[in-house]
Amino acid sequence: MSGGMILVVFALILWAAGWALNARLAHGPVSQTRAAQIAVPVIFGLTLIAMWELIVRGLAVPGVILPAPSAIAATFVAQAGTLWEDFVQTFVKGALSGFVIGCLAAFAFAILADRTEFLRRGILPVGNFMAALPIVGTAPILVMWFGFDWHSKAAVVVVMVFFPMLVNTVAGLADTSAMQRDLMRTYGAGYFQTLVKLRLPAAMPFIFNGLKISTTLALIGAIVAEFFGSPIRGVGFRISTSVGQLALDMVWAEIVVAALAGTLFYGAVAALEKRVTFWHPSHRH
Amino acid sequence: MSNTAPLAAQGAGVGRSGRVALWARGFSRGLAPVLTVVAAILALWYLACIPMNAPQSVLTASRADIAVDPESPSDRRGMSGTALALRNPGVALSYAYVQDRPKLPAPHQVSVELWNSTAVLAPTSPRSLIYHAWVTLSATALGFAIGTGLGILLAVGIVHSRVMDMSVMPWAIISQTIPIIAIAPMIIVVLYSVGIQGLIPKAVISAYLSFFPVIVGMVKGLRSPDSMQLDLLRTYGAKKSEMFWKLRLPSSMPYLFASLKIGFAASLVGAIVGELPTGASAGLGARLLAGSYYGQTIQIWSALFAAAILAALSVGLIGALERVLLRRMGMQQ
Repeated sequence: MSGGMILVVFALILWAAGWALNARLAHGPVSQTRAAQIAVPVIFGLTLIAMWELIVRGLAVPGVILPAPSAIAATFVAQAGTLWEDFVQTFVKGALSGFVIGCLAAFAFAILADRTEFLRRGILPVGNFMAALPIVGTAPILVMWFGFDWHSKAAVVVVMVFFPMLVNTVAGLADTSAMQRDLMRTYGAGYFQTLVKLRLPAAMPFIFNGLKISTTLALIGAIVAEFFGSPIRGVGFRISTSVGQLALDMVWAEIVVAALAGTLFYGAVAALEKRVTFWHPSHRH
Repeated sequence: MSNTAPLAAQGAGVGRSGRVALWARGFSRGLAPVLTVVAAILALWYLACIPMNAPQSVLTASRADIAVDPESPSDRRGMSGTALALRNPGVALSYAYVQDRPKLPAPHQVSVELWNSTAVLAPTSPRSLIYHAWVTLSATALGFAIGTGLGILLAVGIVHSRVMDMSVMPWAIISQTIPIIAIAPMIIVVLYSVGIQGLIPKAVISAYLSFFPVIVGMVKGLRSPDSMQLDLLRTYGAKKSEMFWKLRLPSSMPYLFASLKIGFAASLVGAIVGELPTGASAGLGARLLAGSYYGQTIQIWSALFAAAILAALSVGLIGALERVLLRRMGMQQ
């Protein structure tokens, strides 16, 4: 048996071992503990990465098709400066600023629209319809309007996150029962008191749902908009040029950056949600 | 809405025209607010065209020897569209909706282009939007089928295997926080280098985007039967497979359809984005890209609306299928 095949067989053995370990953890007495719930997916992920490395080496897959994880890690370390520059351009300047502007605008608009029943009835279906449309398609138009730099990327993000956020906030503000509102009225609470003390807290699960959807949309919008023109930095720009140069290790390093940014962003919003909506059934243990 | 008039509803007792009153009530509760919002959006759009297109309008007018306010072009360069429109209201208004490459085309210009490129041109013409929509739709449908199949299979595995639930589910969630679009160019290049091109790479991206809503919805749906129902089947001596086919699968249908609608919209986005980095010559994404290269704004907007109409029609079709199927299964009256 050649050396390559031994590595592939070893990868399969590793897979079986990882799966067996996970099966023991999942069915054993420790399965309900927090540690096991984290350990099982981590073991699964590590097994996959190890298999990837072994199979790429064992079958001698060329780097232009699939680079090994070690090669990606090496590029990640060696190109850290470039990656950081791209991260700042795409995530901090494009996605984050667009996310903040878009979510705040949708929130303010929802509060205004919520004051009349008529507007609310009109905005919900239209907003739901718009949220289902392929809004990324506006990227070429917005790049034309706002230029190649991060402003156009932020604009695409604003348009993309606006409708999911609007629909969720409007639906959330309507999510109080007549009994609860009557109680506020018997307390003599005015519109603003009812809004701040009852309806906004009640809307928080919906608002955070919108925010969580928007985190992924924001990154997608910022990256896709770079395909339509960008200055010579940014995750989307680097991906499309590196693909052209067949430098796939660089592409994967950028994907790692995007994945880390996306996961941390989502995680941050989810952690905030846990603190704000601690009273909601889905967060009680 | 039901055909019989609810006795205790507002307007139900208006004279003998219960049906008309009900219709009027339904209109004022349902359709009228939506139409108002749509009309407001259209009005804002028409209004926005004037300042957006003002620089071009003023330039065209000055070339046609019509007096415009800052006479020299160098004075006009630094001015915003709004300022130009305010100082030359007549010119800005009369040229706003007739330009060939407006910065913001008016709704009627987009509709005319849509009509011309769908109804007037033959569907086989490379300029016909029906042709491009078909190219995108076929990739979307293939990817959607792959993604849905994979999502259902994984969901069945997750519901029946605790190991899979604990190890795969977190990764499925994490995979969605990654902007998958970032991988699109690479998928296309890698598949090309192993000899696969055309429909499949786009379908792969579509499949990746659509599998997640399906997996989440199906896991929820397959777990939706409560313990009472499961216990009942157990007392009947049902096997695991019978429990799946007779209880879990039927009760997951409403969840499946809700996910299918989201999944289809996602896979359409996937197919469109999949056409961007390759410089594909056909498809709605290619149409967007070509329009942005040549500054053909009307073409971009009509491709965008074609994509929107395609999404709306497909999601409507899935909704109709859902109603028929659920009614035949006796889950909805």
